[in-house]
Amino acid sequence: MNLSDLILPVLIGGILFYGMINGVDIYAEFVEGAFDGVKSAVKILPYIIAIIFAINLFIQSGAENFIVRILTPITSLVGFPPELLSLIIVKPLSGGGSYGVIKTILDNYGADSYIGRCASVLMGSAETIFYTAAVYFGAVGISNARYTIKVGLISHVASIIATLVVCKYMF
Amino acid sequence: MKKVWFGLIGLGIIFSVFTGRPEIVSNVILYDIQKSVDLILSLISVMAFWTGLMRIVEKSGILNKLSIVLKPLIGMLFKDIQYSTAAVNAVIMCIAANMFGIGNSATALGIRAMEEMQYINKNKNTASNSMCMLLIINMSSIQLLPLSVIKLRADAGSLNPTDIIVPTIVATAFSTIIAILFAKYYERKKI
Repeated sequence: MNLSDLILPVLIGGILFYGMINGVDIYAEFVEGAFDGVKSAVKILPYIIAIIFAINLFIQSGAENFIVRILTPITSLVGFPPELLSLIIVKPLSGGGSYGVIKTILDNYGADSYIGRCASVLMGSAETIFYTAAVYFGAVGISNARYTIKVGLISHVASIIATLVVCKYMF
Repeated sequence: MKKVWFGLIGLGIIFSVFTGRPEIVSNVILYDIQKSVDLILSLISVMAFWTGLMRIVEKSGILNKLSIVLKPLIGMLFKDIQYSTAAVNAVIMCIAANMFGIGNSATALGIRAMEEMQYINKNKNTASNSMCMLLIINMSSIQLLPLSVIKLRADAGSLNPTDIIVPTIVATAFSTIIAILFAKYYERKKI
């Protein structure tokens, strides 16, 4: 048994127990809250369709591949492993897509190689930016995201730099 | 968002036509869009479960003590929602879910937090500072144990699949701090 497997049972048990001893009608409140959850989930469907269409089209049409090929000569100048480029471009777009990319990297270079480790760290320290923005803002009908995406991309660059530095000194 | 969406689709259409495979567009519509319904179906139940549980959390006040402890931090990062207990609770739950990496649950709690923040947001179609901050913190990834990556590494035959945990936490902490600093900077510029 894993320690992290304990989080959910303890959390859920704790919440219900605490509600019970504080006289909350836990069953009625749960159902009422869950009803809101169903509504919210259905409300984000249009946003998910919009973003999945754009992202899948971008990746499958070869546009993503083309950008990787253009950037490779530039990035190899600074000694950046070209194999990671694809992961860097796909990760902010699609969680599922980046899963495929990192699997290929690990299979081709080995999980314990420098590139394999860099890819693993990067995968764990970066997040899907556009999908998150579409879903979170879509759910509440926000159309002006202000600086969110810009800062999301800045943090993506920061995690790339941190990954390369950390992997260089720790492995 | 408008520009990003147009850019992705525009490039996608140009490339599919010029590489002689325009059928990709219809394939994406036929097969990939279908997946968004699957995604929602898997999200509906998880989302309903967590919003139901969140309601018990709010009614019982279990998070109120934790909120008091976290108050200075909340006041600094999420200044404009600090007086709304419901919004603060939802934000705490969302960030905790992200740290423990409980996938769909984190998304569900995130949407719940956004709804609470929207409730006290003055300008309904523009994101408030706190909304931007929550999104930015989530986007920089704050997961403590990258379980899916560890599993992938084990599957790929790694001798030590967990040796990336510490480097990942270091890289994540760095990118999250940078993200918060930039978010605060743009917040002051009032864009």
